Amino acid sequence: MRVVTLKINGQEMSGRDDEDILHVAREHGIDIPTLCQLDGVSEWGGCRLCLVEIEGSPKLSAACVTKVSEGMVVNTNTERLAGYRKSIVEMLFTEGNHVCSVCVSNNNCELQDMSHELKIDHISLPYRYPLKEVDASHDLFIFDANRCILCTRCIRVCDEVEGAHTWDIAGRGIKSQLISDLHQPWGDSPSCTSCGKCVEACPTGALFEKGKAAGEMVKDARFLVYLEEMKEEKS
Amino acid sequence: MINQTDQQISSSDELAALAAEYQAKQAQYENSIFVCMGTACQSVQSGGVLQSLQAEVKSRALEDKCRVSPGGCQGNCASAPLVSLPQRDLLYQLAQPSDVSAIVDSLQGEPVARLLCDNKSDFFVRQNRVVTNHRGLLNPESIDDYIAAGGFVALLKALFEYSPEAVVEQVQKSGLRGRGGAGYPTGLKWSTVAKARADQKYVVCNADEGDPGAFMNRSVLEDYPFRVLEGMAIAAYAVGATKGYVYVRAEYPLAVERVKKAIRSAEKHGLLGNKIASSSFDFHVEIRLGAGAFVCGEETALISSIEGGKGLPCPRPPYPAESGLWGKPTLINNVETFANIVPIVTNGADWYAAIGTPKSKGTKTFALSGRIKNTGLVEVPLGTTLREMIFDIGGGVPDGHKFKAVQTGGPAGGCIPEEHLDATIDYESLLALGSFMGSGGMIVMDDSSCMVDVAKFFMQFCAAESCGKCIPCRVGTAHMHDMLERITLGEGTMDELGQLESLCDVVQFTSLCGLGQGAPNPVLSTLRFFKNEYLAHIVGHTCPAGVCAPVGQDIRRPKCAL
Repeated sequence: MRVVTLKINGQEMSGRDDEDILHVAREHGIDIPTLCQLDGVSEWGGCRLCLVEIEGSPKLSAACVTKVSEGMVVNTNTERLAGYRKSIVEMLFTEGNHVCSVCVSNNNCELQDMSHELKIDHISLPYRYPLKEVDASHDLFIFDANRCILCTRCIRVCDEVEGAHTWDIAGRGIKSQLISDLHQPWGDSPSCTSCGKCVEACPTGALFEKGKAAGEMVKDARFLVYLEEMKEEKS
Repeated sequence: MINQTDQQISSSDELAALAAEYQAKQAQYENSIFVCMGTACQSVQSGGVLQSLQAEVKSRALEDKCRVSPGGCQGNCASAPLVSLPQRDLLYQLAQPSDVSAIVDSLQGEPVARLLCDNKSDFFVRQNRVVTNHRGLLNPESIDDYIAAGGFVALLKALFEYSPEAVVEQVQKSGLRGRGGAGYPTGLKWSTVAKARADQKYVVCNADEGDPGAFMNRSVLEDYPFRVLEGMAIAAYAVGATKGYVYVRAEYPLAVERVKKAIRSAEKHGLLGNKIASSSFDFHVEIRLGAGAFVCGEETALISSIEGGKGLPCPRPPYPAESGLWGKPTLINNVETFANIVPIVTNGADWYAAIGTPKSKGTKTFALSGRIKNTGLVEVPLGTTLREMIFDIGGGVPDGHKFKAVQTGGPAGGCIPEEHLDATIDYESLLALGSFMGSGGMIVMDDSSCMVDVAKFFMQFCAAESCGKCIPCRVGTAHMHDMLERITLGEGTMDELGQLESLCDVVQFTSLCGLGQGAPNPVLSTLRFFKNEYLAHIVGHTCPAGVCAPVGQDIRRPKCAL
């Protein structure tokens, strides 16, 4: 481990060379938008919202998986990046069926917050209106595939923290879908421990507690950080 | 037939002695007949021709004078099944079991004129065969044939005469670049893996060829399984690996079978496995079958698939050269890259570097397909022009049609129109034309192809093959496909065309792996060279090629009368 100095958005800063750009930027008060990233579980690099420009590199790099290095010059908020981020979030809105007014996570949704942050006021791509299922077979929770953005946070938290690996993705491309165990109703899942970590980790209203009405589901994804800290204290 | 022996080889002299022995056995025959047993020939019953020929030779009691053997690909798959008589310098095309008597007659007498294929035509003489140099004239399943033809000399030369560093240096000097498509310098990749410190390293042969219209890797694996394995073993020695995988798609059953057999017979001869040729070098090779996902040709997805996971790409860096299979340094090269190693080590780096252009050295195999006369597999030096390739070697467009475009590079490639046909085939010039070298597929299109329809086809492919991990590729390709579909139905608007272009930009620059980054290329290149066709669909509601609707007719669906 070595300490390196770098520049993000013109601001000089330092970080450890085993840290990624996202975390070094956050430590210095620069926020980079993310949806699939979740502290406490492994990085996924799939949402592409944290793409940043690194001087000298023709490609864009995902800040969550790119380690900082000495002399790096990073730009996180250019006009081009803002345009790309808007397009990507627009794509998410057209991919599923996101109707905020009737959603349990209305006003407590990371996707909604992201669209505010990126100033998305209309969707220019055509909505796909896919036919998706709602799985209410579990005693405590409901999975509504209409609101799922396939960020895989639930999969990772279930696999890496709870150790159950109830969730996974079936299919590929636009047909990808979240499934429990071998694509059976969540309520029948023999591996699910009903711990609820997936529900807390979910950024939208796709996974929620039974009995919550529109706007009532408040999640706290930060619980993982406490788990992490407790683990460190123990060791 | 020559009997397979299991003699263990432990030095270059022993190998040379064995080669001499096999050559002497082959020389006992006055004549030989090779029947191509590649996938294309087998699909038109070349197996039946082989059996009939063997029976015919036996019934005439010529077994001691004439060898009848399965052979490899001759290249001109359009004329399959192909039968070669090398001693008589004859090549027969479209051979049928009913022709065998005439073929055996021609061993002594006049050639069979109706079956004759002109092996002095441009298709054959304009090629420069380095990877496919045996021209199908050895039994792909026989290690004896391969040893007789100089096989494994390069491996033993590397093992006993060169240090690993010297092998890497040779490959670097040769200027060989990755034949999978991107053209990354092979020597540089090797030296990165060689320098990495680890208790275990791996060598992986990427044979997950998935581009529509591409079959070079399949053909090379089918015909030269030993050469690919030998190239892998040399690579393993050079980088310090002891374990290798051939990742091949399950849709290539013949290639899988031949590689399996080749591994087994090489192990029996002590040329793979523990203590190769009694040296201290171990190298074990296993086959891993792909389950039909195009994205598994991407190296990080391939690694995940070999490890037993879902074929999903991961962000790079770290590159597999530093952290690949199970986190260990892993060298991943294409089939053809490995097949090039043997000639480089045998003939020297300078010999290899003299072929091709200053930046793109050596030869490259291409699969010619589509609207072209000589469909098949060809190998030419890099720097050959597209015009030479299509009109001289390929024989041009058949049936009086007019050439329109050639699509190179698979779903990540582009369509190159007639005015750029004098461009040379090399990594840089294809890139400058908005296309891509790719693994070597070349699909020729004539005036009966609609370029919007072509773009739609490739987009449909990418959308179906997108793994779904990253949003721009997962959702973007689906939207782009829908937009192209609307254009072909006459429902597109100019606004939508603009939207399509900006979507191309987003998907190209934000996707995680090469699949998404390359997916917009067929759209971008057809928009660059054939924008008039898009406009004809959108503004004129007509399809100039007559694909989306007959020429002159409105492409829009008739409105319901109610």
